[in-house]
Amino acid sequence: MVWDGTTLEMIKNGILETLFMVFGSSMIAYLIGIPLGIILVVTDTDGIHPIPALQKLLGLIINLIRSVPFIILLLVMIPVTRAIVGTTLGAKAVIPPLVAAAAPYIARMVESSFKEVDAGVIEAAKSMGATTWQIIWKVLLPEAKPSLLVGAAISITTILGYSAMAGFVGGGGLGAIAINYGYYRYQTDMMLVTVVILVIIVQIIQETWMKLSKISDKRIR
Amino acid sequence: MEEKKPIIQLNDLGKQFQTSNGIVTALDHINLEIMQGEIFGIIGLSGAGKSTLVRCINYLEIPTSGTVIFEGVSLAGKSEKVIRKARQSMGMIFQQFNLLAQRNVLQNVCFPLELLKVPKKEARKRAEELLELVGLSDRMKAYPAQLSGGQKQRVAIARALATNPKVLLCDEATSALDPKTTKQILELLKRINKEMGVTIIVITHEMAVIDEICDRVAIIDNSQIAEAGRVADIFSNPSTPTGRRLILGDGAKQVALREDRLLRIIFDGRESSEPVISNLVLACKVPVNIMYAETKDVGGKAMGQMMIQIPEDETDAKRIIHYLKMNKIAFEEVK
Repeated sequence: MVWDGTTLEMIKNGILETLFMVFGSSMIAYLIGIPLGIILVVTDTDGIHPIPALQKLLGLIINLIRSVPFIILLLVMIPVTRAIVGTTLGAKAVIPPLVAAAAPYIARMVESSFKEVDAGVIEAAKSMGATTWQIIWKVLLPEAKPSLLVGAAISITTILGYSAMAGFVGGGGLGAIAINYGYYRYQTDMMLVTVVILVIIVQIIQETWMKLSKISDKRIR
Repeated sequence: MEEKKPIIQLNDLGKQFQTSNGIVTALDHINLEIMQGEIFGIIGLSGAGKSTLVRCINYLEIPTSGTVIFEGVSLAGKSEKVIRKARQSMGMIFQQFNLLAQRNVLQNVCFPLELLKVPKKEARKRAEELLELVGLSDRMKAYPAQLSGGQKQRVAIARALATNPKVLLCDEATSALDPKTTKQILELLKRINKEMGVTIIVITHEMAVIDEICDRVAIIDNSQIAEAGRVADIFSNPSTPTGRRLILGDGAKQVALREDRLLRIIFDGRESSEPVISNLVLACKVPVNIMYAETKDVGGKAMGQMMIQIPEDETDAKRIIHYLKMNKIAFEEVK
C-alpha cells in the first residue's frame, strides 16, 4: 500500500473521529451515569436515603443492559440511532449505542467510588444537620473526586475499545479503518498502524486521568 | 449544678436492631437527665450500647421506644427539618475525627456554616476565631492528612463548635490518641465548657477520661444504666459489679473484710496531693474500708491518721502491708 497524502489524511480523520466518538459518548454517558451511580448509593438499604425497591430495580436494569454484548447492542440500537441522529453510518451514529453501553458501566464505577467515601465523614455531616442533597454535593462528590477520576480513566479507555468495534457495522474512526483496510483488504501494515495509534491514545488517556486524580487528591502529601 | 435546668432528658429510651440473628436490644429503658453546663460522662465496656445511646441523643439513630427531650421539646415523631435544626444545636466529635479529607483545615471548620448558608466572609471569620481557640491558627491551609491525631481532633472540635451548639457530644473522642494528647484534648474540652458554657457529653471506656473532666457519670452495662451520679460518689463507692469492674479493674471482686483487723496509717507530712489510699487500692487491686480518718492539709503536707479495714484473705492483706512498707508509709496494726 502507498503511504501518500490521502492515506495520512484518512488516518488523521480516523483519529479525530475516534476522539469525537469516545469523548462525545463519554461525556453523555457520564451525565447519565453519575446520577444513576448516586441513586444506587443513596437509596441503598444502608444509604443516606434508603429506598430499597428503587435501588433493586435500578440495579436490575443496569445489570440487564450490561449483560447484552456490545455488538448486539449496536444492532438493537439501530432504530433508536436513526431516530436520534438521522443516520446509522459514520462516527455520529456510534454515539447512541456507545452511550447505552457505557452509561450503566459508568453508573457502577461511580457507585463503587462513592462507596469508598468514609461512612464516618457522612455521619459527621449528618450530625451537623446536612440534608441529603448537601451530603451528595458537599461530601460524596468532592470526597470521591480522586476515585471518580481513576474510574474515568478506566471507563474512557473501555469506551475506546467499544468504539473500535463499531467499525464492523459501518461506524467511523480508527476501528473502521483497521477493519476495512487491515482486515477485509489484508493490509497488515494499515492494521498495525491503527492498532499502534489506539495503544498510544489509551496510554495518553490513562496517564492523563491518573495524573488528574493524583493532583486533585489531598490525602497524600 | 442542682439549680440548673436539664438540657437533655432521656425518658425510658429503648433501641432495638433487626439483624439476621433476630432482634438485638442495644438500649433498654434508659432514663437520664443532663443538666445545662455540666460535663456528663457515659462509661461502659465495648458493646454496652454507649455509642448507640449518644447517637439517639441527636437522632442519628432513631430510638424504637421512649423519648429524647432537648431543651424541653421532644424529638419523637418530629420532621426531618426539626431534627436537622436540633442537630445544629448539638455538635459532635468522633474517635476517628471524621474530617473531610479533600478540604483543608479552614474549609473543614467552615463546612457546617456552609450547610447553613452563612455568607463566606462571615463563616471564614468565625472559623478563624475557633481555630485560634483550639490553637491551630498556623495550620489553616493544611489538609487533614498532614496533621497529627491530636491536631485533627482539635479541628473536629472547632468544626463542631462552629454553629454555636449548646451541647457537644464526644464519642470516644480521645480513644485514638496517646495519653499526653488525650490530656491536652480533655483540657481543651474543659476550657470550652467553662468559657463557652457548652454542655458536654462524653462517651468513653476509659475511667481516666471521666475522672479528669466529668461532673457526673452514668455507667452503662448490658444496654442499661447500671448506676449514675456524681463522679466522686460513684468512684469512691461503685455499687454495681460493672462499676467495680470499670473502676477497680478485673482484679476487684467482692472481698470479705476482717472485722478485727485494722491498720492505722499515720500521715506525718507526706505530700497532701498524693492520693495514698487510691494508689494503694489501684496497686493492690483489693478494696479497703476506711473506718475512721482525721487528716489535715498543713501547707501542702498531710497530717493525721486513718484507720482502714483490710481483707480477710491473708495474701491480700500481705500485699497491702508490703505496699505500705515499700512506699514508706507509716502504719501500725491494731487488733
